[in-house]
Amino acid sequence: MSDPLLTVAGLEVVYHTDAGTLPALSDVCFEVREGQIVGVVGESGCGKSTLGAALLRLLSPNGEIVGGRVMFAGRDLASLSSGELRKVRGRGIATVFQDPLTSLNPTFTVGQQMIDAERAHGQGRESKDVLRRRAIDALTRVGIPDAARRIRNHPHEFSGGMRQRIMIAIALLHEPSLLIADEATSALDVTLEAQILKLLKEINASHGTAILLISHNLGVIAEVCERVVVMYAGRAVEEGDVYAIFDRPLHPYTRALLAAVPSPQHRGTTLAAIPGRVPSLLALPPGCKYADRCAHAVAVCFAREPASLARGGLRVRCFLYDDSLPAADKPRADWAKAPGRA
Amino acid sequence: MLDYALRRLVMTFFVVVLIMTFLALLIQLVPGDPVRLVLGAKAPEELVQSVRHDMYLDKPVPAQVYYFFANALHGDLGVDFQSQRSVTSLIWTALPHTAILALASLALAGLLGVPLGVYAATHPGGWLDRVTAVATISLITMPAYVAGLLLLLVFSVHWSIMPATGTGNLSNPADYLKHLALPAIALAVTWIGYLARLVRTSMLEVLNERYIMAARSQGIRDRLVVYKYALRNAVIPTIAVVGVGLGTLLGGAIFVEVIFARAGLGMLIYNSIQTRNFPIVRGGVLVVALLFVAVNLLTDFVYHMVDPRIRVVS
Repeated sequence: MSDPLLTVAGLEVVYHTDAGTLPALSDVCFEVREGQIVGVVGESGCGKSTLGAALLRLLSPNGEIVGGRVMFAGRDLASLSSGELRKVRGRGIATVFQDPLTSLNPTFTVGQQMIDAERAHGQGRESKDVLRRRAIDALTRVGIPDAARRIRNHPHEFSGGMRQRIMIAIALLHEPSLLIADEATSALDVTLEAQILKLLKEINASHGTAILLISHNLGVIAEVCERVVVMYAGRAVEEGDVYAIFDRPLHPYTRALLAAVPSPQHRGTTLAAIPGRVPSLLALPPGCKYADRCAHAVAVCFAREPASLARGGLRVRCFLYDDSLPAADKPRADWAKAPGRA
Repeated sequence: MLDYALRRLVMTFFVVVLIMTFLALLIQLVPGDPVRLVLGAKAPEELVQSVRHDMYLDKPVPAQVYYFFANALHGDLGVDFQSQRSVTSLIWTALPHTAILALASLALAGLLGVPLGVYAATHPGGWLDRVTAVATISLITMPAYVAGLLLLLVFSVHWSIMPATGTGNLSNPADYLKHLALPAIALAVTWIGYLARLVRTSMLEVLNERYIMAARSQGIRDRLVVYKYALRNAVIPTIAVVGVGLGTLLGGAIFVEVIFARAGLGMLIYNSIQTRNFPIVRGGVLVVALLFVAVNLLTDFVYHMVDPRIRVVS
C-alpha cells in the first residue's frame, strides 16, 4: 500500500491563556489515504476544530504546535516556512469552515474573493476574464444557479446553504488532494446538510479528493466516512473503520456516545446520556481523561494514561484492552452497568 | 440607495431649519441692546435706529426669523458692523484657508495614523506596538493649542526654519505650504494618535474574524489579507468617527488659526466675538454648522458605499 496522503503523528497543541497553558491536543495520531473520507467526531471542546486548524497552522495567535508531525505529501507541515506553507494552503489542502455566514468577507463581492483565491496560486498573469469564467464554472459545479450574475453579489445576498456551496467552490478551485470540512454542515438545517454532504460525496467520487470531515454529529460521520477518529479531551481515544466502530465500539466513551444518538427503534425510552462532564483542560486528571465518567474505571485508570493500542484493525486508548496489565489490575468489561446498548 | 439618500436629505433639511431658527433667535439672548453694545453708549440715536432697522431688530421676533431665512437663502447674511462689507464675502475669503487646513490635517492623520494602527495590530506586543501605544495616548491627550505652541517654539523660535505666523498667499504655493505645515501638524497630532488607536483596535478584532482565517486557508498572501481583506472592514467604524471628528477638527482649527495668526473661519469668528460683531458671528457659526451637517451626510454616503450590508438594512 502506498504512503498515506496525510499522516498526523503525536500532534500536541497548546493554547496560552491568562488562566494558564491549555493542552488542547495531546498525542493525536491518525492517517488519511488518498481519496478517503475520514471523520473526526467528539463533543464540543474535545479539540476537533483545533485539529482542523492546526494541520494548516491556522491556529489563533495564542495557539501553538508544541510537538508531533503533520506529514502531507512527504513534507512536514509543522516545520515548513510560512511561505511554503502558504503554497500548500488552498492548493494541497483546502478548508471549509463551520459557519458559512462568517467565512466570506462581507465587504467584497463573491467574484472578487474567488478571483483573489485563484490568484493566490496563479501561474503567471491570467486575465481577469479568464479567472472570472473559471469562478463561474466552479460555482455552477457546486449547484449555484445563475452563477454568471450571482458572482457580482455580496455574501449577505446569499442564503446559508448557498454560502457554504460558495465556500466549497472556492476550496475546490485548485483541485486540492485533501479537503478539511470543519463542521461544514453544522450551521445548516437538515435538508441543506443532506445536500452539502451529497455534494461532498460527489466531489470525493469524481475528483478523488480525500476529505477530513470534522463533526459532532455521528449520523453525518456514519453517512459519508470510511474511517473515523473519536476524540475526547484532546486525545484520539478510538480510531478505525467506521462500520467496525459503529458495530462493535471498543472504547467506553464511543459506546456511550453511540448510545446517546436518538433512534426510532428506541422510541418511548429515555435517551441515554453520559453522566458527568468533559474535564476542564485547565485541570485534566492525571490518568485516563474519561475515567471520571467511565463505569469500568479501576485504580489504574485514574493513575496513568492508557497508551494507544491496536486491536482488531482499530486503535483504542483504554486499559480494557491492555493485555500487559496483570488481570487483577485490569478493568473488566461489564457492559451491563455502563451506559450504552449492548 | 436613492430612497435612502432622499430620506437622509429630508432629515438634513429639518436639521438646517432648526439650526437657522436658533441662530436667528440668538440675538435675543444677548443681554441689553446688541446695537448699543457695539456702537457704544454715546452713539447718536439716529445711527442706532438705522442699524437696528438694517438688522430687522425693530420688527417682531417671528419677522426677524423670517428675514434671516429669506436673506440667507439669497446668500445675504448681513453686513459687518465695522467695515460695512457683506458677511458672505468675508466668509468666502476665510473659508478656503480653513478648509485647506482641515483637509491637510485629516490627510496627515490618515497617512500616518492608519499605517501605524495596522502595524501595531499585526505585531501585537512588539516593540513598535508598545512605543506607539504610549506615543498615541500622549498624542491624543495633547490639545491642538499645546501642540501648536510647542511646534512654534521648536521650529519657529528655536530653529527659525518655519514661519511663525501668517497665512501666505495661495498664488505662491510653496510659501503657502510652508505656512500651512505647522498649523496642519498641530491640528493633526490628536488625530494621528486617535486614528492609530482606532484602527489598531478594530483591526485586531477583524483579524480574528472567520473570513480572515478562511482567506489565509485559501493561501492568499498575508499582505493582501491584511491590507485588502482586513483593512477594508476595519476602516468602516473609523469612517464614522472621522466624519463626526471633522466637526471637532473645525473647532480645533479656531485655536490653531488664532495661535498661528492664520486667516480662516475660526479666526474670523474669534475676532468678531471679541468686537461683538454679531452678524459675522451668526453667519460664521451658520457656515460651520452647515459644513458639519454636510460632512456628516457625506460620511453616511461613504459608509454606505464601503459596507454593502448597510445598503440592504436601510
